[in-house]
Amino acid sequence: MSADPQMLAFDPNCQIFTGCGFPAPGLHTFMYEPIVTVSGFEFTKPMLLAFLGSFLIVGFFWAAFSKPKLVPGKLQMVGEAGYDFVRRGVVYEIIGKKDGEKYVPLMVSLFFFVWILNLWSIIPFAQFPVTSLIAFPAGLALIVYVLWISLTFKKHGFAGGWKNILGYDKNLGAILPLVMVLEFFSNLIIRPFTHAVRLFANMFAGHMLIVMFTLATYYLMNSIGFVYAGASFVMVLAMLVFELFIQAVQAYVFVLLASSYIQGALSEHH
Amino acid sequence: MIAQFTIAAAEEQPPLIPHLDELIIGLIAFAIVFFFLSKKLLPNINKVLEERREAIEGGIEKADEAKTEAESVLEQYKAQLAEARHEAARLRQEATEQGTAIIAEMKAEGQRQREEIIAAGHAQIEADRKAASAALRQDVGKLATDLAGKLVGESLEDHARQSRTIDRFLDELEAKAEATR
Repeated sequence: MSADPQMLAFDPNCQIFTGCGFPAPGLHTFMYEPIVTVSGFEFTKPMLLAFLGSFLIVGFFWAAFSKPKLVPGKLQMVGEAGYDFVRRGVVYEIIGKKDGEKYVPLMVSLFFFVWILNLWSIIPFAQFPVTSLIAFPAGLALIVYVLWISLTFKKHGFAGGWKNILGYDKNLGAILPLVMVLEFFSNLIIRPFTHAVRLFANMFAGHMLIVMFTLATYYLMNSIGFVYAGASFVMVLAMLVFELFIQAVQAYVFVLLASSYIQGALSEHH
Repeated sequence: MIAQFTIAAAEEQPPLIPHLDELIIGLIAFAIVFFFLSKKLLPNINKVLEERREAIEGGIEKADEAKTEAESVLEQYKAQLAEARHEAARLRQEATEQGTAIIAEMKAEGQRQREEIIAAGHAQIEADRKAASAALRQDVGKLATDLAGKLVGESLEDHARQSRTIDRFLDELEAKAEATR
């Protein structure tokens, strides 16, 4: 029973009309006992899923692009469609073709990495969105943040870089200090936080809802409760479909924002 | 119930504080993806996409060339066709003119031949008439002397021939006939 830590929150004998309260999912839903511990380092299921996701993406693109053909096969065609979606739909659209070309690999990697980590949520046996652990989106947001700051100073120099970050504009006159303070907090502190949390919170909430309706379905499966269990199960299915949509949207939004930050660093005026 | 106590103990970490180990694992997992995509797979596909774009543009250029060529050929054909029509019309016109000329010539020729034949006929008739008249004159002279000889009882033949009397007589007769005609 202790093999799967998520099962720890779940008592099979706890159902309605047995005097047991509803075992509502909480933060513990996102806690995993380590699968293995190597000299103090705890390797958990989300970490395994993250690596599996990496291998899946590399494996897919390896199969599609390692020996590309002028007339593409089916797999190459799908790969090209995904690649082109990020390249044209996001990077060229926001940063521009000339400046953006350099960042296409980063954005393509980000998009597919985030997407597969989100997708684990509804893949049987995985059933956990890795991005619902703040560390994963935070790491990715950090990469974009560091890149954004270094690009800003590289492009505009030290003083120009600060002007770019702080939204310096002489025409603002008296309210300029206020704007600069606001921009300082907005760009340097809040933005990376929201960038990560937007993804995290969406996945966190989606997973929570799926778990809740799933638990409720089981909890209600007792005598008259079966009638309500059906409704709860329909909600599970609806949430799965909805999550499938949200996962792609959030991956898209993540690279969209990353691209727009980089575009801001490269542009002349903030 | 034992299990739930275990959970309570693990629940202390706030959800918005990232675990350092998870952060590191996430970055490593992403680095794997980024490394393979940016170093090998995306440059691979970029090369092919570029080749394909060139191939397609080359194809379009070829198609354009073929189209312009086809258009010029069509233009040539049209010009040739118009020329041929013009030529045909000209030939027809010429033939008509020639035909008319030939018909006129033939008519003139026929007329000329007809007149020739008529003239020849007239000459023949005239000659025949003259011959007949000469013959008749002789016969009439002979018949007259024969008759006169029988009436007189002696042959006047030789004498008459020498004296040319009969000739004169017949000339007179002829002159009279001419006058009364």
